[in-house]
Amino acid sequence: MDQAPPRKEVIINDQVAETITRAEELAYELKISEVMTSKIRVLSTTSKMREVMELFRTARISGAPVVDGGVLVGIISMEDLIRSLYASDLDAPTSRYMSRRPLTVKDTDPVIEALKVFVNSQVGRLPVLNIEGTLVGILTKGDITRGLLRALQRDYQEEEVRRYRASHLFEDIISGRTSLILRYNIKPRDFTHGGEASSNIKRALLRLGASPQIARRCGIAVYEAEINLIIHTTNGGVIRVEIEPHRITIDTYDDGPGIKDVELAMKPGYSTASEEVRELGFGAGMGLTNMARCVDNIILESTLGKGTHLKMKIFLEKEDRFHDGTVGNKEDTSNEPGTSNHAVKTESSD
Amino acid sequence: MNVAELTKLVSGKLLNQAADLMREVKGGCGADLMSDVLASIQPEAVLLTGLCNPQVIRTSQMADVAAVVIVRGKTPPQETIDLANKEKLALISSPYGMFELCGRLHRAGLPSLERSVSDGPSELE
Repeated sequence: MDQAPPRKEVIINDQVAETITRAEELAYELKISEVMTSKIRVLSTTSKMREVMELFRTARISGAPVVDGGVLVGIISMEDLIRSLYASDLDAPTSRYMSRRPLTVKDTDPVIEALKVFVNSQVGRLPVLNIEGTLVGILTKGDITRGLLRALQRDYQEEEVRRYRASHLFEDIISGRTSLILRYNIKPRDFTHGGEASSNIKRALLRLGASPQIARRCGIAVYEAEINLIIHTTNGGVIRVEIEPHRITIDTYDDGPGIKDVELAMKPGYSTASEEVRELGFGAGMGLTNMARCVDNIILESTLGKGTHLKMKIFLEKEDRFHDGTVGNKEDTSNEPGTSNHAVKTESSD
Repeated sequence: MNVAELTKLVSGKLLNQAADLMREVKGGCGADLMSDVLASIQPEAVLLTGLCNPQVIRTSQMADVAAVVIVRGKTPPQETIDLANKEKLALISSPYGMFELCGRLHRAGLPSLERSVSDGPSELE
């Protein structure tokens, strides 16, 4: 029963190989000592097969190492027990039925070493020895599976803990008005890193406990703004995002060249982007339209030759608000959620 | 369908290892203009595109795309693959062209997750 069935699972096509890669990575990182069972039940060479049966039944195991004077000499499995049962030989010592000189693994080896042994042999369990050759544990495929799952869970929990800590930021800090400000410098024509700031902002929002919809809206709006800074500005610009329990304020600044006709720039499909930029998949003239769709309030101020200041706000509905420790009355209640205000402020003083 | 099934359906090659192959794909969207993607795509769609630059991954991340299929057997530059790995987003290269791919996926029952401009306000508004 603990013997592996005929090698069906060894046929691994590319598809399967791809799905196991993540776990495989962990198989290289994890040490055998981290996944093995170290509370082991051992038998001696003089134990009777009847005791083996009792041990297997009470401990609900299907194999155990046999030691003689502290040294591992064999391993006895369910199959050995069945053979003795078949021969009505339960009073025989383990030494008669055990497999001698079993395959072993070292506790400091990575899990992948044990997996290799399992794949190339028919054994169901491997005794684990330390550097001195002392038996320190036993390893089954089940132990490996559980160990890998635990490790995956740990990875997941680390992100959860980060998220948990961040999401309590507003609750834990008591002030009249708490806000978190994120700032990013954007370089002109740096398409390779384009979107990094937006990506970080979106992640920050999710960690702070924002709903996926809010994170998506904010992410898209900032991304379009970031790409605009990369495409159009002379010297790059700055993205500033202020996160408050009840709203998110996004500001981008640059020092030129400025927009000639703001009204026209806001028109869907209008674009001044170069052919080169269009080849990258941008410059379709939908950027500002997209931003306006994602935010509750957008104001674009631009002076030709001086620069552009884009202001966007997302108001958080009650259920979307960050839990906060704000005391007293909230300011700025005039702009309640829902009162959509897509304003364009033009200062084309050219 | 999930990403693994999708890969098979498009006879594709997964280009990055760090992707969740069990992630559910709810529909599809085909576009080469990234602003179009941001404007039209609904969450959890597969994005079919001929663009290979890293912005495809950034755009996908912003738009909650479930997987990216590069059409006509193109191989994107390493930066794109690296970014896809970092963001754990499946990046698949398929030998078929855009039209063929849209047809195949639609026939397999994958609905369109593209909104038309005339569809009015999306969940974003």
